Amino acid sequence: MTGNKQGRATLGLKMIVTGSALQAGVMVQSWQEAVDRAGGLLLKSGLILPGYIEAMKNAIYDMGPYMVIAPGIVLLHARPEEGVIKTCLALITLAQPVNFGHSENDPVDLVFAMGAVDKDAHLLALQQLAEMLGDPTKVSHIRAAGSGEELFSLLVS
Amino acid sequence: MVHIATLCGMGFGTSMMLKLFLDEILKQEGISARIDPWDLGSFKGQQADLVVAPIDMEDHLRSFEGKVVLIKNLVDKKEIKEKVLAALKDE
Repeated sequence: MTGNKQGRATLGLKMIVTGSALQAGVMVQSWQEAVDRAGGLLLKSGLILPGYIEAMKNAIYDMGPYMVIAPGIVLLHARPEEGVIKTCLALITLAQPVNFGHSENDPVDLVFAMGAVDKDAHLLALQQLAEMLGDPTKVSHIRAAGSGEELFSLLVS
Repeated sequence: MVHIATLCGMGFGTSMMLKLFLDEILKQEGISARIDPWDLGSFKGQQADLVVAPIDMEDHLRSFEGKVVLIKNLVDKKEIKEKVLAALKDE
């Protein structure tokens, strides 16, 4: 069974989003390349190990594209033990959307990649992110952002 | 008390998000429930009054005999609330 403790301090979006893991208007040809690019930002920032990117792809190969959580939005991740160094979140917005093969929510143009170190530390950030993505105005601002800096201020404000 | 299992592939992202929303929704409705996030592999053979899962997990849930609610938009509290409350009403 998964943990259910809320007592420990968890990190908010402000604590896990870094400017180096945000990029707007990225060109990719496939969902695999989208995973590479979003994961690549986390790798370059020293937040994950290389194997974590492959693990995020394998999760989709194994279990399907259920991580496309809403129209146009994917929240990629794998398990902590597959190479997360620090709780983290990357976002790339795509210049041209790509299909993940989801039954309802394709095509995708907002690609989040998350790394959790355990069951708890990322919960506040996850909740803040879910609330944000449930707000159509916020989402349209994220889609319209022209730079990583703009994405940063949208995510942490 | 109703026992709800939220499901996803790994038990860290989607199922946690569903749990966080359902905690809030059911509290507002005054419904007493235990909500546990599960990953698909560990859930096999477990019991729950209701399973809430992302729509594309449908194929993985065919062997579960209980009630299943499938969510298309996992950040849409309205969809989650309507579908889950409707399923709980039938209990």
